[in-house]
Amino acid sequence: MAGVTDTAAESRPPGLARLGFWMALVALALLVVAPFAIYPVFLMKILCFALFACAFNLLVGYVGLLSFGHAAFFGGAAYFTAHSVKVWGLTPEIGLLIGVAGAAGLGLVVGFLAIRRQGIYFSMITLALSQMFFFVCLQAPFTHGEDGIQGVPRGRLFGIVSLDDPLAMYFTVLVIFVAGVLAIWRIVNSPFGNILKAIRENEPRAISLGYRVDRYKLGAFVMSAALAGLAGGTKALVFQLATLTDVQWQMSGEVILMTLLGGIGTMAGPVVGAALVVTLQNYLSAVGIPVNVLIGAIFIVCVLLFRRGIVGEAVHLLSRRAR
Amino acid sequence: MRIGTLALAALGTAALAAPAAAQVSDNVVKIGILNDQSGVYADFGGKWSYDAARMAVEDFGGTVLGKPVQVVTADHQNKPDIASNIARQWYDTEQVDAIMELTTSSVALAVQGVSKEKKRINIVTGAATTDLTGKQCSPYGFHWAYDTRSLAVGTGGAMVAQGGDSWFFLTADYAFGYSLESETGNYVKSKGGRVLGSVRHPLSATDYSSFLLQAQSSGAKVIGMANAGLDTSNAIKQAAEFGIVQGGQRLAALLFTLSEVNGLGLQSAQGLVLTEGWYWDQSDENRAFAARFEKRNNGRKPNMIHVGTYSAVSQYLKAIQKAGTDQTEAVAKALHEMPVQDVFAKNGKVLPNGRMAYDMYLFEVKKPSESKGPWDLYKQLAKVPGDEAFAKPAESGCPLVQ
Repeated sequence: MAGVTDTAAESRPPGLARLGFWMALVALALLVVAPFAIYPVFLMKILCFALFACAFNLLVGYVGLLSFGHAAFFGGAAYFTAHSVKVWGLTPEIGLLIGVAGAAGLGLVVGFLAIRRQGIYFSMITLALSQMFFFVCLQAPFTHGEDGIQGVPRGRLFGIVSLDDPLAMYFTVLVIFVAGVLAIWRIVNSPFGNILKAIRENEPRAISLGYRVDRYKLGAFVMSAALAGLAGGTKALVFQLATLTDVQWQMSGEVILMTLLGGIGTMAGPVVGAALVVTLQNYLSAVGIPVNVLIGAIFIVCVLLFRRGIVGEAVHLLSRRAR
Repeated sequence: MRIGTLALAALGTAALAAPAAAQVSDNVVKIGILNDQSGVYADFGGKWSYDAARMAVEDFGGTVLGKPVQVVTADHQNKPDIASNIARQWYDTEQVDAIMELTTSSVALAVQGVSKEKKRINIVTGAATTDLTGKQCSPYGFHWAYDTRSLAVGTGGAMVAQGGDSWFFLTADYAFGYSLESETGNYVKSKGGRVLGSVRHPLSATDYSSFLLQAQSSGAKVIGMANAGLDTSNAIKQAAEFGIVQGGQRLAALLFTLSEVNGLGLQSAQGLVLTEGWYWDQSDENRAFAARFEKRNNGRKPNMIHVGTYSAVSQYLKAIQKAGTDQTEAVAKALHEMPVQDVFAKNGKVLPNGRMAYDMYLFEVKKPSESKGPWDLYKQLAKVPGDEAFAKPAESGCPLVQ
């Protein structure tokens, strides 16, 4: 992945970091007023996928591990949350915690096995294990096969705030999203994150410096899985359903696409990529052009013309100009 | 909310302006056709269902209670979250009054949930699950064409009456496959037939040879395929290579339609037995309808999903006319009361759980030598009366009729 992940983020001049901070603030302000102009359910969907893509990017962008099985954590958590809220009657926040814990547990198992191999073999192991999980979901009675878990109640947050109100739900999702992104930002910009980046750039050197590389990789894998689970659990509450769509390998591919389009290894990239893909899926559905064909074409253009992704390319241009 | 205030204001003005006239919200009746137009079910319903809906509106005259009728459509790409998002957006911001078609069970259940919450009408023609009128039924939800129970009764029951009294199942290894197998198996047994065994194949398998050999050596008279879509097509193709039908066994597909038989071709599909709710060559009325449909759609004959959607749209418009309003409760009441009498259903009636019961038919796919033209594919073996084909409301498990 070293060719795609640009080191612009590290060599970024200080002016650009400040610009990034202000842009994040503006984006947050826009997100706060957005539900009054744009349909809230649609925005919530974008936020869920954006968090999912950010979690994925934590692994691919900062550790250089391309997981092809993240759907298992996203969709698995959706099932766990939906089941605990609907069948066990738990409150949404407890349901979300169960989803996150379940995804982290899955991440521990998958990561433990997968990090023993490098490159394409790593990707293939994650794909194989997530396909195994898909077939478990297809068979297990609690997932209701291809019908999925439907009619999940949104319930009351902390027993007080009714999430059936679209705005209450929206701001809950927004808080979850911001918390998730801040967590990723903190992880990336910590000593731990620096070691992750060192592993990405040169793993033998990190080992020779005395770091137990496997533990760092596993730690990052579990964190990424847990955050993907947070996104999946939230999505289950937003749409009040959990189905096989979210654990299918296509979903693992979709999150790669989102991250790649937006820009691997940038904080804002996955958010932009997710917003783009979700918007295309939603608005092209009424146009009559096969959606997947168009998204595929955009993907080809992206790979041929701007390999750093939308945000990655913008950062690259700005930092070149600043120098 | 902004939209809420707007709607309130609109309601207020409407109430002031025309208190005595017929009530149509937003001065337009909008019907949404939501289905798969680019994925695996694009042939099954797809954009042809949208055209069938437009045909129904045109045949109705384009207006109801003096207000225009519009049809909108979207491709849900087989994803329940996309479908649920579109459905909510249609209901909340685009004044859509009813959503129809809804291919794929997970999508149909999700949209029926949204419709129930928003108190709007949905009529499903493209999904199979009986849960729509069972455990997850809705006072505003209707299930128009086939369901798993009617396919099981049609193919299972009628085949036994035709002499196919010993069965072996080739079952897709997930919930849908099991339920199709057990429903059909129970029906076969209740009619005095026997189930000799079954074999489960993984979803999206590509090699059926070992499963087919087991089925062949079981000596069962009928091999029932409790799977769907591409799985069924692949199994049928490979069964043709093994000469299963030529060997005297019969193949019964539990969920298969005209569009898929046409795609597979008679050479592979000949001798296949299946249940469907409509066929273009059954009567003069059907032939005339199919001819009109064909002209608009590059020579494609409609299947039961397309004609079912036509019927659902026309019946919905008739119900608005009868109720004198497009207000959901009144229209749902009218839909429950009115018999369905059109090109799709003869003496169809809507049961209290929302199930529209009408006659289904058992067909056999013709041999290439018997077929006279490109769409001349079926011969009718038996008729399955609506009362028998669909579950009694009390047995359906629908909480509304308990």
